[in-house]
Amino acid sequence: MDRFRRITAILFFAVIARPVLLLATGLRVLGRENLPVAGPAVIAANHNSHLDVVALLSLFPLGMLHRVRPVAAADHFLKPGPIGWMARTLLNIVPIDRSGKGAEAAIAPVRAALDRGDIVVIFPEGTRGAPEVMSRFRHGISLLARSYPDIPFVPAYLHGLGKSLPRGEWRFVPFASEAHIGAALRVSDGDGAQMAERLQNAVERMAGEARLSGFVAD
Amino acid sequence: MSDLVASWPAPLLYCLGAVWLALVVATVAVTIIARRGASNGAELVARTRTWWWIVAPVSIAMLLGATATAILFAVVSFLALREYLSIIPVRQVDRTAILLAYLAIPLQYWFVHDDWYGMFVIFIPVYAAAAIAFRLVLAGEVKGFIRSAGTLQWGLFLTVYNLSHVAFLMQLDMAAPLPAGGAGLLLFLLVVVQINDVAQYVWGKLFGRRPIAPHVSPKKTVEGFAGGVMTSMAVAALLSPWLTPFGPLEAAAVGAGLAFLGFVGDVTVSAVKRDLGIKDAGAILPGHGGILDRLDSLVFAAPIFLHYVRYYYGA
Repeated sequence: MDRFRRITAILFFAVIARPVLLLATGLRVLGRENLPVAGPAVIAANHNSHLDVVALLSLFPLGMLHRVRPVAAADHFLKPGPIGWMARTLLNIVPIDRSGKGAEAAIAPVRAALDRGDIVVIFPEGTRGAPEVMSRFRHGISLLARSYPDIPFVPAYLHGLGKSLPRGEWRFVPFASEAHIGAALRVSDGDGAQMAERLQNAVERMAGEARLSGFVAD
Repeated sequence: MSDLVASWPAPLLYCLGAVWLALVVATVAVTIIARRGASNGAELVARTRTWWWIVAPVSIAMLLGATATAILFAVVSFLALREYLSIIPVRQVDRTAILLAYLAIPLQYWFVHDDWYGMFVIFIPVYAAAAIAFRLVLAGEVKGFIRSAGTLQWGLFLTVYNLSHVAFLMQLDMAAPLPAGGAGLLLFLLVVVQINDVAQYVWGKLFGRRPIAPHVSPKKTVEGFAGGVMTSMAVAALLSPWLTPFGPLEAAAVGAGLAFLGFVGDVTVSAVKRDLGIKDAGAILPGHGGILDRLDSLVFAAPIFLHYVRYYYGA
């Protein structure tokens, strides 16, 4: 079963995700050298579209895919149906419980993944929100960072995918997209500021360098 | 296959060979300059390498014929339109109208492939414009309607309608056979317009003093423009017996016209970028910028060249 899952995911990324992202959105990657080559590591990105996670995963070598795992809400992505199947099979999510049993309980599966040496993808805004608008990074990631002071937390800024497939829309419309990968941050070499803040600052700095425009207000 | 090879006119092959030879010489020269440690060496190398990526597909498509050329330029139009729509302000409610605008690309190039001139010249100004306007009305958001309708349709003109005229040169029905077929016209247009770009840059660097459009494109000068026009006239006259129905004097005049229109297209795209506060429209062509940064000089030159040839030499 696990082998089937792994091969399906590799096929999906090789045959569908990568060509479509490249042809339809021309995904341009800046700072590719900052991507972690081995776990444990955390990638923290802004979130605007279901395509965000596909774009981030598509940056990794196919043979590494099964070790790169996006964190996703259990209540939404463990449901039966095509979305849940894709999340579990193609993306190999780390499901977290956001039903309110506390932050520690919620991040326990993430700790388990990091302890196994996986690369974990987190969207610290917690939700996709309005297209191409960034909200505050939540503190769960700071909590996580405190127990892993030496592992790299890599900020990533994604742009354009929120225009191609924003929340609440099902039609894909081609727009240019960019993924900026920033230099890794670690608690151990920080100035004591919370990881959520440091990551958010890094992502906002990268956003300032972007050329593409977001949606204008209707 | 042998039929295809036999159909290639010798003058076309000579001129294509000359273009490739020029590119080989440029590549060698640029590599030597970069080795010697010129400050902009890396950029020159990237720019020359990108020229290969432009010249190779265009040469192959031209040799394969009208359909391959239509397919290639359909892809180029898609990339150009996507680039344009990604840098201009759009509203979320415009997404479906934008999808319709993209849909115009395969249709427009189908008409090129089908050699359906009547539909080719009216489809975008009449039908696509109406469909986009109606879809924007259905979206129901009037605030920003004029800007959305205007920018979408204008972008479709620049990146799809005008550009598709390059591919349609392969399909023109002529009163008398051309020395190198429709492909010769296409090659003539591309070479004159692109050499004009380079010549304006070089003449401007050497002798440029008086800015010609200081608020839009501060580096463009009267001297660069004049040098570009003269160079284009010479190149056009030189190429004309192999590629065009023009005599040398007429070819020089056409070269001057293309140089002027190339300049107009160039500063038009510059004005778009200035308005948006960006330097390049994209990054898809290393050393050049985006697709629009390279195609800008073709957007007005291509349709006007086609109509000139069609009016005076068409069947």
